[in-house]
Amino acid sequence: MPGVRSPRVLPGFGLSVGFTVFYLSLIVLVPLSAVFIKSAELSPSEFWSVVTAPRVLASYRLSFGASLLAAAINVVFGLLLAWTLVRYSFPGKRIVDALIDLPFALPTAVAGIALTAIYAGNGMVGKYLEPLGIKVAYTPLGVVVALIFIGVPFVVRTVQPVLEDLDVEFEEAAASLGATRWQTVRRVVLPMLAPALLTGFAMAFARAVGEYGSVIFIAGNMPMVSEITPLIIITKLEQYDYVGATAVAAVMLIVSFALLLIINGLQAWTARNNRSGR
Amino acid sequence: MSIRVENIQRSFGAFKALDGVTLDFPTGELVALLGPSGCGKTTLLRIIAGLDFADSGRILLDGEDASSTHVRERKVGFVFQHYALFRHMTVFENVAFGLRVKRKDRPADKVIRAKVTELLKLVQLDWLADRYPSQLSGGQRQRIALARALAVGPSVLLLDEPFGALDAKVRKELRRWLRRLHDELHITSIFVTHDQEEALELADRVVVMNRGKVEQVGAAEDVYSNPATPFVYEFLGAVNEFRGNVVGEGLQVGTDVIPQVGRGFGNGQQVVGFARPHELDIVVDHANTNIGVPARVSRILSFGPVARIELSRLNGGGQTTEQQYEVQLPAQRLAELQLTTGQAVRLLSSRLRLFDQGSVK
Amino acid sequence: MAGVASHAFGSSAHAARFERNPAAREPAAVKWLIITVSMLFFAAFLLLPLYAVFSEALRKGWQAYWEALVEPDAVASMRLTLLAAAIAVPLNLVFGIAAAWAIAKHDFRGKHVLITLIDLPFSVSPVIAGLVYILVFGAQGWFGPWLSEHDIKIVFAVPGIILATIFVTVPFVARELIPLMQAQGREEEEAALVLGATGWQTFFRVTLPNIKWGLLYGVILCNARAMGEFGAVSVVSGHIRGQTNTMPLQVEILYNEYNFAAAFAVASLLALLALVTLVIKTVIEWRLGREPHPIGAP
Repeated sequence: MPGVRSPRVLPGFGLSVGFTVFYLSLIVLVPLSAVFIKSAELSPSEFWSVVTAPRVLASYRLSFGASLLAAAINVVFGLLLAWTLVRYSFPGKRIVDALIDLPFALPTAVAGIALTAIYAGNGMVGKYLEPLGIKVAYTPLGVVVALIFIGVPFVVRTVQPVLEDLDVEFEEAAASLGATRWQTVRRVVLPMLAPALLTGFAMAFARAVGEYGSVIFIAGNMPMVSEITPLIIITKLEQYDYVGATAVAAVMLIVSFALLLIINGLQAWTARNNRSGR
Repeated sequence: MSIRVENIQRSFGAFKALDGVTLDFPTGELVALLGPSGCGKTTLLRIIAGLDFADSGRILLDGEDASSTHVRERKVGFVFQHYALFRHMTVFENVAFGLRVKRKDRPADKVIRAKVTELLKLVQLDWLADRYPSQLSGGQRQRIALARALAVGPSVLLLDEPFGALDAKVRKELRRWLRRLHDELHITSIFVTHDQEEALELADRVVVMNRGKVEQVGAAEDVYSNPATPFVYEFLGAVNEFRGNVVGEGLQVGTDVIPQVGRGFGNGQQVVGFARPHELDIVVDHANTNIGVPARVSRILSFGPVARIELSRLNGGGQTTEQQYEVQLPAQRLAELQLTTGQAVRLLSSRLRLFDQGSVK
Repeated sequence: MAGVASHAFGSSAHAARFERNPAAREPAAVKWLIITVSMLFFAAFLLLPLYAVFSEALRKGWQAYWEALVEPDAVASMRLTLLAAAIAVPLNLVFGIAAAWAIAKHDFRGKHVLITLIDLPFSVSPVIAGLVYILVFGAQGWFGPWLSEHDIKIVFAVPGIILATIFVTVPFVARELIPLMQAQGREEEEAALVLGATGWQTFFRVTLPNIKWGLLYGVILCNARAMGEFGAVSVVSGHIRGQTNTMPLQVEILYNEYNFAAAFAVASLLALLALVTLVIKTVIEWRLGREPHPIGAP
């Protein structure tokens, strides 16, 4: 066994670690490696031309742009929601708290058709926006709306426990030093929430970049305009362009891995920040 | 600034945290609020600071009613139990915070810098200005918290269990340091503690509290040597307890008598007598007398200049009972007595303080 | 001390400690403004879609709703969804327990790498999760020729759907159990061994009772994702009605055929599943006294 320093007291190490690595390799790691191996069939210049084709570039702009915007909006409203849930009592709060996770529990396809029904020109909200000249469904704006929906719980659920555990002494100290409420929030509370907010932002962003189900119904999927990157992969697959699909997938995977590492770093920072400084 | 609290009541649900507390804190004194957990001392401190509000009663700062003044406007320095240093700010920025958030008459940056440096020098930590709180030791954090509270020029300094989170050695050093600092600055200061040694050593005056009420107020030596209530007696150090009735000038415990203690109690009245361990004496001659309470030596701890003897009371039949006593004797006296473990002896006291049994829980 | 409110769990009950604290509360007007804004956001982005699902499903009345649900293709999609979950969830349950046992109860080099790898499926786009199986088992894939020789179909068939479902739900149970078992430490297991228990006895009599709620929590979340997965199964499904359509895929097909009422009828079942999941999750959270945390976070 690798890395054994002292004799193991608890049994089952070989079996459990062996099964874990085997299963993970079989289901996740080996299939994922296929993406890079298949991409290697392309020469670097071919690869580059596939992943920087105008239609693909447009999809990056949409996917990353809409994801950034949605994550930023979620940071603002997610903070307000977390603040409301932690700091105030009002009727129905427990239900609101439980429903925060709805975007996770609700299958993305269901969310997708529901949002489309709401924001289509004849929909519940759409019919009021259309006369104002605001088209949501079948436009990039629709993509942002779907990605906001998907990202809500990530910000709320990372900020909420930190806010919950934030010692009220910090605010008391600021007040006793003469700070107004707004100064206290801006100079003391928000900086202390910053790591959690950033983590929530990164999580919402990472999830949004890869999101498919909730977006495709409302996006309209117009090439160059409202086509997200995951859809590019599907389109290429449907045209039996496996290598092309895989090349774009490889780009997305690399971005995802980078985001995963960033998020891990941010989480470690949040945890450290919560512990220290008492 | 002088502080007066008048008839403060504060309840949390059914729990009465403060039950009619009236106290005066004269200008420039260092006062300890001493009592066990849940006695209301922290609540009182927070009410004075404006971090909590009384259900009824008044707070007077320099004679003016400040009961409804917001904590922001009260000009009190508050040092929190866990210091509450802002962890995303350097030591310097922590101390400067109170100056930077001023909306009117905010000092210029240069003035702030000078003031903070001066305060950091005062707490002897100017070399830590650029560190973050997580890089400091507990004692250093404590002193920074104090410097931060002093930065706004408070007329009152309130400290909540200032040494509670520190280990014993640092605690002693900081205690002396805080006393010297107070003698230098003379800011009216109140600190909360559950440690009687800390209160007695540090404070000009001690307020002993229990169950939301003030039990006694006085100078340290006064409170220690003349406890006003059984609670104060028991709270301020080890104590031996003798329950019995007053018979003439003596206290009858069971069939035995501790002579010459009674003053001010009627014959036959049920009382409790208290004596500190050093206020008891041991008589080796056990049999053929009923002078002194019979007890059996269960353990002798004879290291150091003062020996401690633990004893169990003996009942009429000569069996040991649950009641335990502790006696402190000079090592020399122990040698004279030649005590051994298991020996039956009698206890006498020259200085028994009696309280009516009804006043004891 | 009386001034300090007990910090038991339950975000709801403890807001009062802030609302009563003069140093930690906003003016009432600001408070209600924040509540109003956040609740409007909540209503617009979370409540409204949920409401839309049910109102659209029942637009043509209960009769049409019921007929849409008992339509044979819809029933077949429900059967396939249940099958996929019935295979994926137990497998990932066993995986989760094994991974948590290895990681929480032992020290070894590369542990943090392993934890990161377990989280990997959460950060991979579901579309890629489907794509990888086409690359491995598809006609042009690694095993494509061998599979077609032996007349075995994996992608564009039921096995592919199950594989893709397993892929996207791999981390759920492991990720609940690892921190839980780490927090519980090793002393109880060590005590059991000292008292003469075998490894399996230790696991079933000491470890398992300690983690049962965390386990259930992971299983519930894993199941919700398994039944609701869309992107990954969409890629590997042949989209053959009545055969390789799960419920979310059936929703898509009906929707694209402009059969909105039927699409929303099937969707409403999935929405009900989501609500049931949230109820069970909330109950477990109360029981465990734990704080909510981001689920399925990359």
